[in-house]
Amino acid sequence: MLELQGIRKSFGKIEVLHGVDLEVRSGEVHALLGENGAGKSTLMKILCGIIPPSAGTIRIQGTEHHFANYDAAIAAGIGIVFQEFSLIPYLNAAENMFLARELRNRLGLLDRRAMRKRAGEIMQRLGVNVPLDVPVQRLSIAEQQFVEIAKALSLDARILVLDEPTATLTPTEVEHLFKVMRELRRQGVAIIFISHHLEEIFQICDRITVLRDGEFVGSCAVSEVDNDRLVEMMVGRRIESSFPPKPVFEASAPVVLEVDNLRIKKNGPVSRFTLRKGEILGFAGLVGSGRTETVLAMLSAGPVASCTLKIDGVEKRLSGPDEALYHGIGLLPESRKEQGLITSFSILQNISLNNYGKYRKGHWFLDLKKERKATQTAMDQVRVKAQGPNARVDTLSGGNQQKVVIARWLNHQMKVLIFDEPTRGIDVGAKAEIYALMREFTAQGNAIIMISSELPEVIGMSDRVCVFRQGGIVATVEGEAISSEQIMTHATTGSIEHVA
Amino acid sequence: MSHEAAAGEATSPGRNFARLLQSPLTLPLVGLIVVSVLMALASPNFFSLDNLLNVLRQVSIVGILAVGMTFVILTGGIDLSVGAVMALVGTITAGLMVNSGLPGEAAMAVGLLLGLAIGLFNGALVAWGKMPSIIVTLATMGMARGIALIYSGGYPISGLPSWISWFGVGRIGVVPVPVIIMVVIYAIAWVLLERTAFGRHVYALGGNETAARLSGVKTHRVKLIVFGISGLTSALASVILTGRLMSGQPNAGVGFELDAIAAVVLGGTAIAGGRGLILGTLIGAVLLGILNNGLNLMGINPYLQDVIKGAIILLAIYIGRDWR
Ligand SMILES: Nc1ncnc2c1ncn2[C@@H]1O[C@H](COP(=O)(O)OP(=O)(O)OP(=O)(O)O)[C@@H](O)[C@H]1O
Ligand SMILES: [Mg+2]
Repeated sequence: MLELQGIRKSFGKIEVLHGVDLEVRSGEVHALLGENGAGKSTLMKILCGIIPPSAGTIRIQGTEHHFANYDAAIAAGIGIVFQEFSLIPYLNAAENMFLARELRNRLGLLDRRAMRKRAGEIMQRLGVNVPLDVPVQRLSIAEQQFVEIAKALSLDARILVLDEPTATLTPTEVEHLFKVMRELRRQGVAIIFISHHLEEIFQICDRITVLRDGEFVGSCAVSEVDNDRLVEMMVGRRIESSFPPKPVFEASAPVVLEVDNLRIKKNGPVSRFTLRKGEILGFAGLVGSGRTETVLAMLSAGPVASCTLKIDGVEKRLSGPDEALYHGIGLLPESRKEQGLITSFSILQNISLNNYGKYRKGHWFLDLKKERKATQTAMDQVRVKAQGPNARVDTLSGGNQQKVVIARWLNHQMKVLIFDEPTRGIDVGAKAEIYALMREFTAQGNAIIMISSELPEVIGMSDRVCVFRQGGIVATVEGEAISSEQIMTHATTGSIEHVA
Repeated sequence: MSHEAAAGEATSPGRNFARLLQSPLTLPLVGLIVVSVLMALASPNFFSLDNLLNVLRQVSIVGILAVGMTFVILTGGIDLSVGAVMALVGTITAGLMVNSGLPGEAAMAVGLLLGLAIGLFNGALVAWGKMPSIIVTLATMGMARGIALIYSGGYPISGLPSWISWFGVGRIGVVPVPVIIMVVIYAIAWVLLERTAFGRHVYALGGNETAARLSGVKTHRVKLIVFGISGLTSALASVILTGRLMSGQPNAGVGFELDAIAAVVLGGTAIAGGRGLILGTLIGAVLLGILNNGLNLMGINPYLQDVIKGAIILLAIYIGRDWR
């Protein structure tokens, strides 16, 4: 069905794809695997005509194609859902699906009814039930993704590219997505699926292709490999268990952060929790259960109705993230592009963004040399793969962008770090490295609050877990009780506390 | 700084050339050279030292306004009040000297503080009032102009001590004083933007305000300061204007905000913020000045001059559109 041969791509003088082959058959889900920066997204952008290849051929059902742009690729039956979404937030699902190809009636006016009907039909084909009349910004991430897929299908895509679609989904939503993918596979659509969650590969994919540093490593049926073999193909070496051992806590471990009476909304549920020195406190719950809102409220970075906060036993009122920073509390936000990075900045400038206290000459001036040195150290620590500290962050792969945000905070002398989905879009090898860095950080007497939608991560990393439901904490579990059954039970049926 | 960021590490000659091409200063510089050569062809007088210094002197007022404008635009805002603030500061300063008998130095100090205060007022409304800067400064532009007219009764206030003229037409050696003032202001602005944390925060705000705020940058304070700087540079420009006109003119500086914005944009700064260089603004201001000067030397009808200038600005921005 689809055949890519000897694809090469250079940005300036640097070649990032060194002759990659990819063959996808109709009616199969084909996994494209590789570490962060291996070249997966770049290859897909070439397939979709968004960037031109430096060499190589693209064949669809035997015919050779040279796509001048994205529209040409669409016309040839290719659809893509990008790693970063491209929906217009204020428009509804139907309007987004028909953006720039609006259906018109005989008067040349928008034919809303026809568009709604078509949109409904496609959603039905996917077997999902997404509200078509509300602005997409009010939809969940999963629903937005279905809108993206529906948009691609409305263009009659026979080859569908999904670039890390599951990175932002909950397990139930992933299940739902897989159902949709199986349905499409039954209808003969060829799907290229990119993910860093290897268990998903075994659940849904038929065949795999692995890239490493822009090189083609191999292609085979999923049944021919197991997890370890996959990792080895991707990383080029074996990786030991990814979670570092948990430390033992004494009951008397000092509390660094105590939060009481926290309400996001007036009359909303009340949350309280403590964070001990040296601890990783997991925040678990379904998407939309109020984990992010709660930490934003605590820092006064988002809506907050009430909050009593004690830092090292002393009551403090934070006026915003700047004051939190002053008290040694840092936030790694959940969306790197919207909330984490200054995309027009270099890696160096992004890492030192809130760090200038350390690179002063005299009282006023920046010490550029010191800045460069410290940044290089931070980059090496998390192993950012890039041309150098002066590369702009928008030329980095998704996972490497995430590492830059992490490096920004590790570069600081922080006491408490709040990690919101820290390993989203990060490959297996790098994940293990980040987990180790987190433990190293807490071992120095600091503490971490980790919000995560990946249950294995919550279970493997947390010393205690606060489970959220409908805007508040419904239970805190520790020790043996940290299990997926316990957490899921609380997350779906825990009772909410409304009294202060 | 952003051009260094774009260019990576290597230092081979080819790379250096690529780097030069990528620099946001290249396009404004090329524009400057092209326009200069055209002007020199049209009027042989153009390249005389006298005329060049004269151009720079004429450029100084808009050039100084454009410094504050660059700070504001880099954060993603805009300041429409600069021309009106300049007129208000000039009128009040002159009034304090002539009508209230304040010593000249004291009156000028009050004027500078007034400019700074109006700027900070703008900044506070934008930062804490969460209002769009284009609306806030449109309103304060009207208010400043109105107060200047009320205070002066609509007439220029003249009779200033003669030493004031030094700021407008004086020279140190051959170099006009306004040019020296302008260069000093640009030097300070360069240091602020390129060598201080505040400067990085200015760029960060224009690049992604949410990310800057969540990472602990005091975004409100940065906004307050950039508008304060813009108010202050407006007041500094008024010192030169007053010295040149030897009076406080409530009607001065109409439309100067647009010239200042044009200088910033011609200098390669992104109107949405986050990207640009202060040196680019200087080049942009000089480019505008040369156009004005050259068109005058050629004796072209002033109305037609506006049309030509507008067309050139459009052309420049069209070419620079996809530059980076
Ligand atoms: N516009 C660009 N300019 C320079 N280098 C680029 C550009 N776009 C991508 N690269 C480089 O190409 C390499 C491959 O990036 P790509 O985004 O394809 O990785 P990926 O496999 O999708 O990684 P991830 O899993 O992190 O999303 C990276 O090293 C990246 O820095
Ligand atoms: Mg990618």
